[in-house]
Amino acid sequence: MSCSIPGFFILVLGGLTGIMVASVPLDLQLHDTYFVVAHLHYVLIGGAVFPLLGAFFYWFPKVTGRMMGERMGRWQFWLFFIGVNVTFFPMHQLGLQGMPRRVYTYLAESGWGTLNLVSIIGAVVVDMSMMLFVLNAVLSLFRGDRAAENPWGAPTLEWAMPSPPPPFNFVALPVVSSREPLWSRETGGATHVSGLATGAREGLVTTVLDAVPDVRYVYPSPGIWPFIAALAVASWLIWSIYSVQGALWGMIPPTIAFIAWFWPRKKENDQHLALEKRP
Amino acid sequence: MTTRREARPASVAAVRRGDALDVANLPSYGFGNRSLMWWGTAGMMAIEGAAFAFMIVIYFYLRSLSDSWPSGGAAPDLLWGTLNLGLILVSAVPNIYADRAAIDHDLGKVRICLVILSVIGLVLLLVRAMEFTTLNVRGDESAYGSVVWMLLGLHTFNLITDVADSLVLTALILKGPLEGKRFVDVAENSGYWNFVVVTWVPIYAVVYWGPRF
Repeated sequence: MSCSIPGFFILVLGGLTGIMVASVPLDLQLHDTYFVVAHLHYVLIGGAVFPLLGAFFYWFPKVTGRMMGERMGRWQFWLFFIGVNVTFFPMHQLGLQGMPRRVYTYLAESGWGTLNLVSIIGAVVVDMSMMLFVLNAVLSLFRGDRAAENPWGAPTLEWAMPSPPPPFNFVALPVVSSREPLWSRETGGATHVSGLATGAREGLVTTVLDAVPDVRYVYPSPGIWPFIAALAVASWLIWSIYSVQGALWGMIPPTIAFIAWFWPRKKENDQHLALEKRP
Repeated sequence: MTTRREARPASVAAVRRGDALDVANLPSYGFGNRSLMWWGTAGMMAIEGAAFAFMIVIYFYLRSLSDSWPSGGAAPDLLWGTLNLGLILVSAVPNIYADRAAIDHDLGKVRICLVILSVIGLVLLLVRAMEFTTLNVRGDESAYGSVVWMLLGLHTFNLITDVADSLVLTALILKGPLEGKRFVDVAENSGYWNFVVVTWVPIYAVVYWGPRF
């Protein structure tokens, strides 16, 4: 939350300056200046970095089984939020004053020194924030509070699992009746799916739009051919880089591998026949 | 309008047993968009179709930049390409029958259609080889040559893929081991073959008639 809402704030600022640089008269002045650098960092940091940080905090307990430290997290967030704005906001002004982008230095007489200094101080604050973030993650990994199944009261299925989830995931497929299954459990509704084969890799296919259970689909058993096919395709592509002939003849090994992968084995076929029901 | 059989929903439904939703009675395979591979094939067609469309756009873009088209050479000979067009359109008939026979689980008809399709496919590959010899331009000769080889090459890639697919499927259907979902494979192979047939019409028109107008 701390990360995603300010993320929108930053992104909206970047979006608004985007409208500015999209207008031709302004762009004549701002093109290739630091204004653009400010704009694009607002877009990227608001659009990608804040959400990434938020996602990291959000799923950390599910992945590791431990919570990330909240106090350190708040410090890190405010340092980052302030640091980003101190770093990039002055660049708008620098751009308006005519400082070109992609130039690493400038004359002292240009008068851009003070704002650049402010910018660098901001960058140091961002640095501190990032170091705090890594420290928080590493410390939490070993010493964080144990995470319960659903520490956030979140609605989606991964939060119905222990943290971290067991390697086999759900023992039986859960029945889901909405996009927020953990918030809207129907009372008296079915909770899980039964009747799928346990001795074969049987999965459930549903209808496309209504997600009504439709087909029991038997997935292939493990085998060596997918791996050989992967090697053959990689060799073909690499060969095709160096020779036109390779682009042609290199197709033969993958073709053989794909056919061998496809060709049914007796044992597997017997298993499928035992499970088979015609549509 | 009648609904195609494969598009109908399952005749049996999952049933409630206590807390569980029992799916043991559901079919183990389905045709059309009920099959996972159908989606894979549809995605493949979308990608390949887009590549064909791009190449046709590129063809006319290059033509708009050239003073002469075909640049400094003769147009491709009509014989083999037109023969290919005729043959490939004819192949649509056993192909559509194969699709229907597969949905009906009619093994005898499926076998006959697949053998016919395999034979036509092999003949088509020979005709395609002859087409390459009568394009009257090398692929590295000019922008014109490059785009013509690319167009024909892309379609040939699809042709080879589906002929190989049909041959393997024919061998499997004749020899076994069989199971019900092989009929789905036959129906999907037919779907892909329809794509190869339908795309050849505009590509033929561009490659053979583009230089003549």
